[in-house]
Amino acid sequence: MKVGIVSYGAYIPRYRITPEEIGKVWGVDGKSMSKGLMINCKSVPSPDEDTITISVEAARNMMRRCGVSPKEIGALYVGSESHPYAVKPTGTIVAEAIEAAPHLTVADYEFACKAGTAAIQTCMGLVGSGMVKYGVAIGADTSQGAPGDALEFSASAGGAAFLIGSEKIIATIDNTYSFTTDTPDFWRREGQMYPRHGGRFTGEPAYFKHVLAGAKGLMERMKSTSKDYTYAVFHQPNGKFPSRVAKQLGFADAQIKSGLLAPMIGNTYSGAVPLGLAAILDEAKAGDRILAVAYGSGAGSDAFDITVTQEIESYARGKAPTVKELNTNLKFLDYATYAKFRGKILLGGE
Amino acid sequence: MATAPRYWRENPSRYNMVGIKCNSCGRHFFPPRAICPVCHRKSVGKIEITKLKGEGKIFSFTEVQEGLEELSLQRPYIVALVELTEGARVTGQIIDCEACDLTIGTPVRATLRKLSEEGPSGVIHYGYKFVPIKEKAP
Repeated sequence: MKVGIVSYGAYIPRYRITPEEIGKVWGVDGKSMSKGLMINCKSVPSPDEDTITISVEAARNMMRRCGVSPKEIGALYVGSESHPYAVKPTGTIVAEAIEAAPHLTVADYEFACKAGTAAIQTCMGLVGSGMVKYGVAIGADTSQGAPGDALEFSASAGGAAFLIGSEKIIATIDNTYSFTTDTPDFWRREGQMYPRHGGRFTGEPAYFKHVLAGAKGLMERMKSTSKDYTYAVFHQPNGKFPSRVAKQLGFADAQIKSGLLAPMIGNTYSGAVPLGLAAILDEAKAGDRILAVAYGSGAGSDAFDITVTQEIESYARGKAPTVKELNTNLKFLDYATYAKFRGKILLGGE
Repeated sequence: MATAPRYWRENPSRYNMVGIKCNSCGRHFFPPRAICPVCHRKSVGKIEITKLKGEGKIFSFTEVQEGLEELSLQRPYIVALVELTEGARVTGQIIDCEACDLTIGTPVRATLRKLSEEGPSGVIHYGYKFVPIKEKAP
């Protein structure tokens, strides 16, 4: 049975802050930070936004584009490292808000930045085995960076949702391959507000090793090369890492340009590859082939080989905003307002 | 006192704009009520639970400078009376815009946002707020 993407939807908050503005406060050269990370600005959630509201908006955009009844959804998984509750699943509220409840299975996933793609794999299995007709996989985050930490220049917010099924597929997922090891490059202990990371250790032994192994492992299994793909999207903790990994794998700038969103929105963690994939689907044509490789610290990678089908021509893409359209109506914040929005100011009272 | 059960009962309306239609006069109302405020007794047994589209236009609006404690991080914020396409009027916060971008008649649609939370360890309440609908470039 062919399994793939039946519909998709994205969401990015409107607020932005630049590395220059953050650097000004912490005595860091924001301009060179921006250049080094290849991040011009990052998205910031409004005080009334969190992973639940972002997931709901992305899932509603996904439902707007297709004629599937929410009652036909048998599973819903939300991948995030910023679930608003430690105990009380994000997915329950999302399922209620898209009217898929109560006859479905729901769970929250966490695998640093690749929890959303883990959700896609779970839905593929459930749909492929015939256990459910449709599954919803969401990757969304309102990621945290400690004040003054290098992460603060990139940690942002956004998410995308995918309806996985076997009928009216706009893009088939032809294969998926994962590569997982025990690598402590980035973590957040229970009860801690901010994550910690291993600095340069997050590069070679973590991001690059796993993304390269994921991509190569999948391409070996598919007997494909970089030339076989119209588009490629890699996890993007910044703009630099995915650009470098793409080069190492033999991909040209033109192949990664559409899915490379980090320069405009920063690192949306679990939302990163899902949003990049959504941006590619916004413009893809029938026959286009996509390589998507997500990375999650801890560490692992999920690689996907995706082919866009003829179905995309009649698919109602215009019924929900594209990633490009979501990147309009922007409002840039100063650091003080950003700190207030992100709960970095200690308020009195309770 | 915890208000979680009260909010929970209202979740269908807060999440998905579930209101009622009076099948005696055909009017829609939001939030749901047991009888039609126009038809009174004539509406008994004729009230139908209906999901409203969540789209409408601004009937009137104001910018709040001194408002609710739970919205202090968003001050000043905009509150509007929204006339839904079905005719019901709803009060709600207008977000993702500045007051100067709005006029009476601006089209809006409902979206889900955090309304309040019962302290740092309590339940988080979600519900509708309205965003202006952007005209798509032709």
